[in-house]
Amino acid sequence: MDLNFLIAIATMGGLGFVFAGALAIADKKLRVEEDPKIAQVNDALPGANCGACGKAGCYDFAVNVVNGSVPMNGCPVGGQDTVNDIAAILGIEAGVATKIVARVLCRGGNIEAAQKMVEYRGPQSCATMHLVSGGSKLCQYGCLGGGDCVDACTFNAIHLNENGLPEVIDDLCTGCGMCVTACPRDIIELHPADREVFVFCKSHDDPKTAKEVCDVACTGCGICARKSDGGVIMEDGLAVIDWDNFDPDKIPFDKCKNSAICFLKDAYKQHVEEEAAKEAAPAAEVTDEQKN
Amino acid sequence: MELILIFISAAIVNNFVLAYFLGICPFIGVSNKLSSAFPMGLATTFVMLLTAIVTWLIYHLILVPYDVVYLQYVSFILVVASLVQFVEMFIKKVSQPLYRALGIFLPLITTNCAILGLALFIVLKDYSFVQAIFYGLGAGAGFTLAISIMAGIREELELANVPRAFQGAPITLIVAGLLALAFMGFAGMISV
Repeated sequence: MDLNFLIAIATMGGLGFVFAGALAIADKKLRVEEDPKIAQVNDALPGANCGACGKAGCYDFAVNVVNGSVPMNGCPVGGQDTVNDIAAILGIEAGVATKIVARVLCRGGNIEAAQKMVEYRGPQSCATMHLVSGGSKLCQYGCLGGGDCVDACTFNAIHLNENGLPEVIDDLCTGCGMCVTACPRDIIELHPADREVFVFCKSHDDPKTAKEVCDVACTGCGICARKSDGGVIMEDGLAVIDWDNFDPDKIPFDKCKNSAICFLKDAYKQHVEEEAAKEAAPAAEVTDEQKN
Repeated sequence: MELILIFISAAIVNNFVLAYFLGICPFIGVSNKLSSAFPMGLATTFVMLLTAIVTWLIYHLILVPYDVVYLQYVSFILVVASLVQFVEMFIKKVSQPLYRALGIFLPLITTNCAILGLALFIVLKDYSFVQAIFYGLGAGAGFTLAISIMAGIREELELANVPRAFQGAPITLIVAGLLALAFMGFAGMISV
């Protein structure tokens, strides 16, 4: 009994020693020297591994920053604080991180967009609506108003306003792009926060249909594209801004009948005005809708 | 001839992943890209081959003569853990990108039941030393085959219009199930 016990201990102990020795030798031979800065930069990063920088994760980003193949301000989530930290570690002057925010490129809320004759009563999730019936709005391209982007946002930066449209709170938005992925209609895009003008429509409908289904649709008339010297290009009946050549001064904003292309600050203002007008004359609004 | 049969049996007919359902974790986890799945298969094959050799030696030269066969589980796990540690160091030295791509699944080969399963099967089937080597090679080849097929299919799936509810893990598990069904077609062809 005692002998068995000793043999067992000797066997496991011996095996352990042999393997430990082999590993110790292997460790000496195969050791990889790693720049200690990589670990420090990695600690300074948010650590969410969200991939918003385009790298495989925070560690991969740290490696590339230390190599110099990626700029220090490449992490949109960390913002200016992270850039300063990384700059301190690497001993380089900090650049300015461009803040990236999500932009909802549809203004067709419950007021502006025409509703179907039938009412959608299924689960209030955009993914379902998009898959099953397209929700209760006639437009096949616009916001469904189900709030999938709101659910996807871990920073509480998106909420649905009373018009059923998502609104982004710039101060809370980190530009991680979770809402972009969540949106089944690809309405949300990431843009630098200083961009002021957008085409708030994704509809490729022909002009007649576009006018019928939404008051604020881009009808594809192309007037902004003709005046913009290449700043706006027409893609399959939709005006798309080419950010490299874009100059807001050349855009004839008052010529866009539906104000599909407009300043961001006006996008929500107009909605507020319409809301006020509707409250002032609710009866007139209803008759208008019936005529349509 | 018998050695070839053992190899084919372990690789295809009694494929560790698709017939015994061993080693599912890396099979699902690292199979999203062929470029990381195939090296993962090779790493696992390497560990399997060395495990087969070392555990056979330990079992027949130490455990059996000293009558401590009850130590087989703990000593086999010791072997697997050490070998995986070695492979991890080796890959980190040779290819940093591959090391990062394999990530947590590389150390997790340690707890990969396919490896321990291999060592125990060799004992169970009472293979000779050469047979054990071929069995280990076959099992590794089978694992590489399965994970590479899976990665190939998943790369194509990236382009397919999968309903959102099925995207990611669900469709992967369905594909794995269908693959296992397909491999069932080999069942009983060789019984070694």
